[in-house]
Amino acid sequence: MYHLLKQIVKTGFKTEAVPDPDPELRLIASRLENAMLTILGRALVIRQIDAGSCNGCELEIHALSNPYYNLEALGIKFAASPKHADMLLVTGPVAKNMETALKRAYECTPAPKLVVAVGDCGASGGIFGASYASCGRVANVIPVDLVVPGCPPTPRALLQGILTAITGS
Amino acid sequence: MSIMRLLDQALDFEPLPGELAAMQAQADAAGLLSFAKAVKEGGGRFVSLWGTDERERGAGYALHVAFCVAEGLALVTLQLPADAPDYPDLEPLFPAANRQQRATRDLLGMRALGGDKRPWLRHNNWPPDFFPLRRDCDASQQFPPQPEDYPFVRVEGEGVHEIAVGPIHAGIIEPGHFRFSIVGEKVLRLEQRMGWTHKGVEKRFEQMTLVEGHRLAGRVSGDSTVAYAWAYCLAAESLCGTPVPPRAQWLRALLLERERVANHLGDLGYLGNDAALAFGLSQFMRLREDWLRLSAELFGHRLLMDCVCPGGVAVGVDLSAGAAAKLVEQCAAIEREVRILKHIYDEHAGLQDRFITTGRLEPRLAAELSISGLAGRASSQTWDLRLHNAIAPYAELDVQLASHRAGDVAARVTVRFEELFESLRLIKEIAARLPAGERCAPLAAVGSGRDGAMGVGWIEGWRGDILVALAADGDGRIRRCHCHDPSWNIWPALEHAVMGNIVPDFPLINKSFNLTYSGADL
Repeated sequence: MYHLLKQIVKTGFKTEAVPDPDPELRLIASRLENAMLTILGRALVIRQIDAGSCNGCELEIHALSNPYYNLEALGIKFAASPKHADMLLVTGPVAKNMETALKRAYECTPAPKLVVAVGDCGASGGIFGASYASCGRVANVIPVDLVVPGCPPTPRALLQGILTAITGS
Repeated sequence: MSIMRLLDQALDFEPLPGELAAMQAQADAAGLLSFAKAVKEGGGRFVSLWGTDERERGAGYALHVAFCVAEGLALVTLQLPADAPDYPDLEPLFPAANRQQRATRDLLGMRALGGDKRPWLRHNNWPPDFFPLRRDCDASQQFPPQPEDYPFVRVEGEGVHEIAVGPIHAGIIEPGHFRFSIVGEKVLRLEQRMGWTHKGVEKRFEQMTLVEGHRLAGRVSGDSTVAYAWAYCLAAESLCGTPVPPRAQWLRALLLERERVANHLGDLGYLGNDAALAFGLSQFMRLREDWLRLSAELFGHRLLMDCVCPGGVAVGVDLSAGAAAKLVEQCAAIEREVRILKHIYDEHAGLQDRFITTGRLEPRLAAELSISGLAGRASSQTWDLRLHNAIAPYAELDVQLASHRAGDVAARVTVRFEELFESLRLIKEIAARLPAGERCAPLAAVGSGRDGAMGVGWIEGWRGDILVALAADGDGRIRRCHCHDPSWNIWPALEHAVMGNIVPDFPLINKSFNLTYSGADL
């Protein structure tokens, strides 16, 4: 226990300042009222859904919880069920085999809800495109509010995207 | 070209051009079965199985089976008639063939005689007579999704019930379906249903040229982008007879070891977290972030995507003397921190109680299931391509193999720690000995007589051996690219490792393997 506590003290605080919102990321104007966004912004719950990614985006989404980005300190956390979520954070081109599951998860998410499509694949289908096995971009399957491009987007870009989504337009 | 015989079998193997020890032989069905049997009896390993459509070239279909033998990679090719592309079922000899045979049926309509007839990648979202990897198939067609009633194996008895999990899992993780049959909280059986992230990768390759394909290969499984890109490039360089400059070879190894360290850092954190030590997660994720930031600073990408390209490494990927000093300094800092954390993990009774004896994969079973890579080494399967099929620079680096006999979560944790320290040592050595010179050679045209032939690349990624088999036309268009992840063979081992454990230990056991879904769904 001594070594563990010593390591915590030695490490200190690593958390960095958050980026400013970027309205350019919006796919559509905010569908939610500013009052609602203010509430969400103080306690946002995200359900992440991999709809067919290469797992690169997941690695960077994981990084959001590390001590540098410290997502939970902003009142934002990931939930295990879409029923508990305010926002779906969706990665990948939507694999044909995931189309139904993604639609169901969207339907299970209580309104008001936000959808952020992550990565070049989520934004446009990316290198995989659309085919017999891929529906292409996330917006081809469920309504999308905002996209965060990048292959994969950096944690800072992801954080900016999430914060933009919960900021009034 | 010199013909060689392997395992006293009557197959004529011809060496494939390039750095790897790899050879290919044509066989008939009896020859393939006899060779497969000899591999099994001789302590070799089944690696991968895939098909190609050769009808445009005046033939039918071809089945390719890759084995790992003492001499290197033995590729056996079986020509099949266009009207009845059936081949002998290899599952009785190598259970790991099951899912790959089913995938080959789904993608090409080539059938294993007997055995498991259930689809694997096809989830009823395209018709059963639509075979996307046939050359004449228009793969841009889309079909409305249909519900599927997949026949899981049912376990019956008093008190037995099922837990169905997925495809969407309860964390930030790729999709898959796990069907548990349990009594109380004890797992009697786990059956996996994968293929959810199948996105037509192998068909997509056919719309690309040899000089573009490394980008797609680098996105088969994002956590192994360097290993896939390198394996792809090796295959392309073999086809085109392009030698890679020494500096590029050493830089590729540097990137691969950085990828290994990045993944091990993340996994060691999550393994602590899954056993309720959140401290481990935040500490290791902090180190991983430091690691990725230096990758971005020195090589332009946090995960090192697109750093390896055909002929060498991408423009801008190099190591100046100043950068090498930073790299070495970081290795020392990370090693210092990880040694402290290892001590804390080792001394933490609660953590060790969860790790030790949990999720055991017996060495004999690991051999039976053709397990390789990190998971294999934790169960006495001492394969590591960096030693056993060493290309430059590994032949000069004297890699120390990490292994364990226990096959439990604790063993996989131990192997990760040891491999992490070894990779830090390798990075320091590479930085010190990096040869001068060019970093990329232009990819030559496909070699004469290599039009439509197979080139292979085989690289020890952080998870295990990644195989890429590539064929191209004379004009450099990709005809077929098969990417094989070790997860194909290790996923079924997880079904065994979890038996008899309690359901709440499943996330920990699963994490200790940390297999890729995307890499095996393609």
